[in-house]
Amino acid sequence: MQAEDWLQPREHGLYCLPADCYIDPTTPVQCALITHGHADHAIGGHKQVIATSPTLAIMRTRYGDDMAAQTQTLDYDQPYQLGFDDDPVTCTFFPAGHILGSAQILLEYRGKRVVVSGDYKRQSDPTCQPFSPVPCDVFITEATFALPVFKHPPIAEECQKLLQSLQLFEDRCHLVGVYALGKCQRIILALRELGYAKPIYLHGAQLKLCELYRNHGLDLGELTDVSAVTHKASLAGEIVLAPPSALNSRWSRSLPKVRKAMASGWMQIRARAHQRQVELPLVVSDHCDWQALLETIAEVNADEVWVTHGREDALLHQLKLSGIKARALSLVGYDGESDDTSDEEITEGAGGL
Amino acid sequence: MKSFSELLQQLYFTSSNNEKSCLLRDYLARTPDPDRGWTIAALAGTLTFDFFKRQAIKTLMLERVDADLFAMSYDYVGEMSETVAHLWPDSSETLELPSLSALIEQFQQANREQVKELLVKYLSVMTPEQRWSLLKLGTRGLRVGLSTRSVKRILADYGNVEVSEIETLWHALAPPYTELFDWLEGRSEKPDIRDAVTYHPVMLAHPLPENNPMPLAKEEWQVEYKYDGIRVQLVITEKGKALFSRTGDDISAAFPDLLAKIDEPGVIDGELLIINNGTIDTFNALQQRLNRKKPGKKLMKELPAGFMVYDILVNGDCPVTALPLSERRQLLANWLDKVRSDTVIMSPVINANTLVELHAIYTEASADPGVEGLMLKRQDSAYQPGRPAGQWYKWKRQAKHLDAVIMYAQRGHGKRSSFYSDFTFGVWQGDKLLPIGKAYSGFTDEELKKLDNWVRRNGIGRFGPVREVKKELVVEVAFDAIHPSKRHKSGVALRFPRFHRIRWDKPASEADTLDNALSLIVSHT
Ligand SMILES: [Zn+2]
Ligand SMILES: [Zn+2]
Repeated sequence: MQAEDWLQPREHGLYCLPADCYIDPTTPVQCALITHGHADHAIGGHKQVIATSPTLAIMRTRYGDDMAAQTQTLDYDQPYQLGFDDDPVTCTFFPAGHILGSAQILLEYRGKRVVVSGDYKRQSDPTCQPFSPVPCDVFITEATFALPVFKHPPIAEECQKLLQSLQLFEDRCHLVGVYALGKCQRIILALRELGYAKPIYLHGAQLKLCELYRNHGLDLGELTDVSAVTHKASLAGEIVLAPPSALNSRWSRSLPKVRKAMASGWMQIRARAHQRQVELPLVVSDHCDWQALLETIAEVNADEVWVTHGREDALLHQLKLSGIKARALSLVGYDGESDDTSDEEITEGAGGL
Repeated sequence: MKSFSELLQQLYFTSSNNEKSCLLRDYLARTPDPDRGWTIAALAGTLTFDFFKRQAIKTLMLERVDADLFAMSYDYVGEMSETVAHLWPDSSETLELPSLSALIEQFQQANREQVKELLVKYLSVMTPEQRWSLLKLGTRGLRVGLSTRSVKRILADYGNVEVSEIETLWHALAPPYTELFDWLEGRSEKPDIRDAVTYHPVMLAHPLPENNPMPLAKEEWQVEYKYDGIRVQLVITEKGKALFSRTGDDISAAFPDLLAKIDEPGVIDGELLIINNGTIDTFNALQQRLNRKKPGKKLMKELPAGFMVYDILVNGDCPVTALPLSERRQLLANWLDKVRSDTVIMSPVINANTLVELHAIYTEASADPGVEGLMLKRQDSAYQPGRPAGQWYKWKRQAKHLDAVIMYAQRGHGKRSSFYSDFTFGVWQGDKLLPIGKAYSGFTDEELKKLDNWVRRNGIGRFGPVREVKKELVVEVAFDAIHPSKRHKSGVALRFPRFHRIRWDKPASEADTLDNALSLIVSHT
């Protein structure tokens, strides 16, 4: 039996037939396995949700305590049986290194091993457990940054740029666009590691999720809600983190002499930084760059690779050159419109906007 | 090279002109000659040669990366230098980069093979930002949001002089501008350029404000036709003569027939036209001459270059720009008397005693395919480089319009490289659409986003960077003129086509036909 006989892309997501359950479905279903809490993977309203405990906590924060009728916590490395006893599907979560609680899902059925890796990265990230390569027959990978132009530098290098800019433009408020879930907390920790001890100011949309990360034992240092600052002029020379959509909004005009920065993998491309009127592009991504994708695929050593979520063409082409069997898995709803829609907001989810 | 690249990155990502000016002045103050002069040349676009061709870069790149991956990357990034900057493999070697001037010298002296070696050597040890800077510098494609005009203004601020002084000197100086900096920093006198055969900065007109008719007093305004040729400047001194285009390019070699007829020293402002036995031919005729860098005898005989003169900047060797237009015109007439050629003519002054008469002349001029409208100049205007307020106005003939259907879209360049912003449109001939032109302006940023989105949702095919779209979207295209053309399948060519309105509401079947388009061609009599 081929993997595509029991694991199929359907209208609302990837469907596992013998387990009668979807992975990251985009519409409410009976049973959903969720890789991580970004909005394009995790929505509210399912009957049953199976996810890691932090992912469930994120979903509750975003969609309320009644986000699903039933929830099932599944820790990393714990096999869990789905389907019929006499023809079971075993499902195991492994860390994906993408954001807090993010998981790759290993599905084993009739001796075949398929890994649905969700979103993942290989760079170090203290906010979550590192990606662990899982040997498998079929590896399903994202391709968000699957072009050889993409090279993600170490996050410390990029945050150092922000600190240098603060020294150079000490009278300007440094407004940094970051996605509320994952990127925001990762940037905060990276700044702390570089010795930045001053309070970091947050847009209201970032607060709850930072609180959640704190409850999971991450020391983010002193954080202040911008709306609690009465004298906005005092934000000169400070760092304010806000959702990307707030960068050019009316809200940002209340800040003193704003210098706009943005932390995203797309910032490597000049035109994209320009489009958002970003003066200080910081190349920080929670996805793999080209090299990391290729290394990971080599490491899991699958017979077959299914590619989804982004620039499939280039990755498929490269895999063909390397003699690896690969095909595109067109899933509706993840990378919305067309081959060159490329906004992290779409691929990473609404990020708390 | 390192600090040059740093400056470019800072300028590129800084949006405020004020801050750009601060950054550049700071750089000039801490950077020695001749490096800073070369930087100015790179920013102002006055480098005179390419270090290497785009094709050479591409060839070197394709020796290092798979062709399909390169094509996909290029399509995504939208720009060659940046694509290569990211794709070029890093080397573990380190190498101290030379200064900007040393680097330029190395490329200048290298033969074709050596240029390749130099490129490979430097690209391998550079950061992606430095690679981008080198590639942009070497192909003279640097755009960091500073116009040549802004560079001049910043230089003026830097040396605390008037920008008009920089303008006047500009074309007589060459990179790396050491004498300019000597003067700006007070170490020497202002460079003497009296005899140089160089381009002088021109005076430009404002469009006549709509709904704001000119208070016409005959003695205050001089009315002339606005000719449909190209604006040129003739410079003749003891040392030689040359014809310059509006952008300051020396186009003498293309118009030897005109230059041969004039020896009288001076600097003359006027319009280049095809003038046959005293009759002015169309822009289309001129276009055939403009296409040829070195015209043959036959072409020059068929389409003789003519010069419609309208102003004088230097009379003999005496600058007259400070005199009022009325006096300059008299000097121009005296100059012309000495020239005596049937292809060098004085732009006639049109008499209009009342506003009504003026409007009548405007309407008449608008129907004439040889002119573009009217020029209104203050009699007392001095000749001031740039676009001084309230002195000269152009009253352009109304644009023509057609409803056309979008057929293909292509991504733009630079800032617009991630948007589909170049559009090919067509009109109907029977049940087929024939492309009649390309436009990439006339829409707002907001509209551009909508257009881009529409293209992405309605693509039906792809030819390299070009996306074919469903033939469903109608745009009202405005253009200045329409000419017969053998080079286009439709048989017509539009002059200055641009978007006037996007007709989201209009069905494609109701767009104009080729016959409609042909009817707009004004026959030239
Ligand atoms: Zn995703
Ligand atoms: Zn994600």
